[in-house]
Amino acid sequence: MSSTTHATPGASDADAEATEGRVYNVAGGDWDEIVAGDSERSDNEQIVVNMGPQHPSTHGVLRLILTLEGETVTDARASIGYLHTGIEKNMEFRTWTQGTTFITRADYLMPIFNETAYCMAVERLLGIEDRIPERATLIRVLLLELNRIGSHLGGIGPFGLELGATTIFLQGVRMRENVLDLFELVTGLRMNHAFVRPGGVAQDLPAGGIEAIRDFLRKAPAWTRDLHKLIDANQVFKARTQGVAYLDLEGCMALGVTGPMLRATGLPWDLRKSQPYLGYETYDFDVPTQDTCDAYGRYVVRMNEIDQSLRIIEQVLDRLADRSGIENDPWVIQDAKVGWPARLSLGPDGMGPSPEHIAHIMGQSMEALIHHFKLVTEGFRVPAGQVYVPIESAKGELGCHVVSDGTTRPYRVHLRDPSFHHLQAVSVLCEGGNLADVIPAIASIDPVIGGVDR
Amino acid sequence: MTSAPGGEPPAEENGGLPARRGEERLDAQVVRTGMFGVSTTGDTSGYGLLQVHQRPPLVSEPPYGGYFDAIAEDLGSALQPDGLAFGDAVERVVVDRGELTFHIRREHLVMVADKLLHDAALRFEICTGVSGVHYPDEAGRELRAVYHLVSITHNRRVRLEVATPDDDRHIPSVTSVYPAANWHERETWDFFGIIFDGHPALTRIEMPDDWRGHPQRKDYPLGGIPVEYRGAKVPPPDERRSYQ
Repeated sequence: MSSTTHATPGASDADAEATEGRVYNVAGGDWDEIVAGDSERSDNEQIVVNMGPQHPSTHGVLRLILTLEGETVTDARASIGYLHTGIEKNMEFRTWTQGTTFITRADYLMPIFNETAYCMAVERLLGIEDRIPERATLIRVLLLELNRIGSHLGGIGPFGLELGATTIFLQGVRMRENVLDLFELVTGLRMNHAFVRPGGVAQDLPAGGIEAIRDFLRKAPAWTRDLHKLIDANQVFKARTQGVAYLDLEGCMALGVTGPMLRATGLPWDLRKSQPYLGYETYDFDVPTQDTCDAYGRYVVRMNEIDQSLRIIEQVLDRLADRSGIENDPWVIQDAKVGWPARLSLGPDGMGPSPEHIAHIMGQSMEALIHHFKLVTEGFRVPAGQVYVPIESAKGELGCHVVSDGTTRPYRVHLRDPSFHHLQAVSVLCEGGNLADVIPAIASIDPVIGGVDR
Repeated sequence: MTSAPGGEPPAEENGGLPARRGEERLDAQVVRTGMFGVSTTGDTSGYGLLQVHQRPPLVSEPPYGGYFDAIAEDLGSALQPDGLAFGDAVERVVVDRGELTFHIRREHLVMVADKLLHDAALRFEICTGVSGVHYPDEAGRELRAVYHLVSITHNRRVRLEVATPDDDRHIPSVTSVYPAANWHERETWDFFGIIFDGHPALTRIEMPDDWRGHPQRKDYPLGGIPVEYRGAKVPPPDERRSYQ
C-alpha cells in the first residue's frame, strides 16, 4: 500500500477516511488487504472506485468515478480536465496562421481534422473559400482520409490492448505506423503537423509522395484483412463487446452523439454526404452502418470506414495524377496578402527557406519582401464576424467556432470536439453493466483527452 | 440584405444632397488608432493618424435567403400559441457568410430551444455545443453564449446567440431541452463565468475546483507571470512586444 495523494495539500488518509469512509490504494499485487477489507464492510456500504486519471485502460488521463454494487456499476461519472493546456486561450495571442500550430495539438490522433476545420473557418471569415486552389483541396482530402485511417487504428489497436489482446494492438499499430510514415514524408512530422494553413497547405506533395501512398494502398487491404481475421470472429472479443455499451438511436439523439457511435445505430449521418465540404460530393464512397448499437458495431463501422477512406484516397491520387501536367499548380491561395509567402526546401542542414525565395525577396522584388515581412511579423487581418465550420472527423462532428474582431489575431476560437461531447454518454453506457464492461464502453467511444481538454 | 441600423439620413437634413457613402462610419466609436498597435512613442510608420472605427452590429432583414426564411417563419408560428411573437423572443437576425444567427433574449431562450427541438417543422435534434465569447467593450451585453444547432431531419443549421451583462451574468440553462448541453454549459461557466440557471450541477470542468477567475475572459491574462529560465526573465505573453 502506498500513501494516498490527496487533492487538498496537507490532507492525510485519516482526513479522507473521516469524510469519505475507508480509503484503499490499489497499485496491483496488494489484493489481500482489499479482500480482507471487503469482508469487514457492512451491507449498506457502497464501494466507490476511483479509476484513473493515470490508468492504462482509460484511453489517456480520463478519471472515472464508479459506484459499485458487487460487480455492477450503479453510478458512473467521468471527470476531465487533467490535460487542459489552454489551446483556445493561447490562440487569441497569436496570428491566424500561427493558430494552426496550436489547434493541431488538440486531438493529437486526428491533427489534420483540427487544422482543416480551423483553416476552413478562417477562410470563410476571409471570404476566400472559392479561391482555394484545387490542388490544396485535393491534398487536404488526401491527408484527412489518411488521418481517418490513422485515428481509427489508434482507437481499435488500444481497444484490443485494453481487453488484454496485445496482438490486436501490435497489428493495429503496425498499420498505423505506415500511415504516420506517409505523414512524415508529406508534412515532415508524425503528429502536430501544422500543415494545413489558411489559404491552402504548407507545401506541395514531395517527390515520390504519390508513389509512396500508392504503395500503401497496395499493402493496406492485407493489413485490414489481418485485423478482421484477428478480431471479427474472436470469441473473447465478441463476448466482451457484443451487447455491451448499448446506445440506440433515441439515446444518441438525446445525447447529441455523432460519428461512428451514431452510425452503429443504423443512421447513415455523415457530414461528408449530407453537408459536403472540400468537394466530398464528387467522390464515390459509402457510409457504413451497423444496427447493433453496441461496442462491437462501432468497431465494425470503424473498420469499414477504413476501407471507404482507402477508396477516397485512390480517387484523390487519380485526380492528382491528372493534374501532374499542369505547370506551377499552386497549393496555396494566389493572394500575396493571405498566402504564406515563404517557400521551403531541403538544404544540407535540413528543411529551411528555399534559396530561390530568399534571392527573390532580397534581390528582385520589393513587393515580395514587403508581403513576406508583413505576413511573417504581423499576419493578415480577418474581417469581423463569426463562423462555425463543422466537418466529419474520425470521431464525429468536429466544429470550429471562430470569432474575429477585424484584427490580425483570432478574437475567440472554440473547438467543439466530439470526444468531449461523447464522454457525457459514459454514465448511460456504463450504469447497470458490469465493472469489466466499462473498459470496452470507454474504448468504443474512442475519446482522446487532448481533444477533450484542449 | 444586411445593413447597418439607421441607414441614410433624410434628404432635408442633408441639404438635399445624397448621403456620402461611409460617412456614418466616421461617427462610430474609434476602437484603434495607428497601424501596428504602438501606443508608447511616436509611430514612425506613417499610419499614426489612422483611426479604425467600430463596425455597427449587423442586422439582416427578410428575405434571408435559402432555408433561413422557413426557419424564421416556422419558429414564429411555433411561438405564437404561447403568446410570444417572433420579434419578442428574437432581438435581431443576422445572416452573415452563409450562416443564420438568431440573437435571443435570454428570458425566452428555453422556450425557443424547446420549439426548435420539438416543432416538427424545425426539429433541431442536436445542440452541438455552447461557446462563450467575451466582449468587454459592449456595455450591457458583455458576455455571450453561442449555441449551434443542427437538424438531421431537415439537414439545416442555425446559431443562437444570447447576451448577458457582466454584472448580472445569468442565462437559463437549456439542459432541460438538450441534455447534452450539460458539459458545454459547465465549460462556459468555467471559462467565462456565465451562470446557467437551472443547470443540474454547474461546477468547473476543465480547471481545478478551487481555481480563481475565469480564464477565457478578456480581462484574464495569458500566463500572467514572467517566464523564468536560467536567470533570464521573459515577460508573460500578453505583455510581450507584438504587432497587432
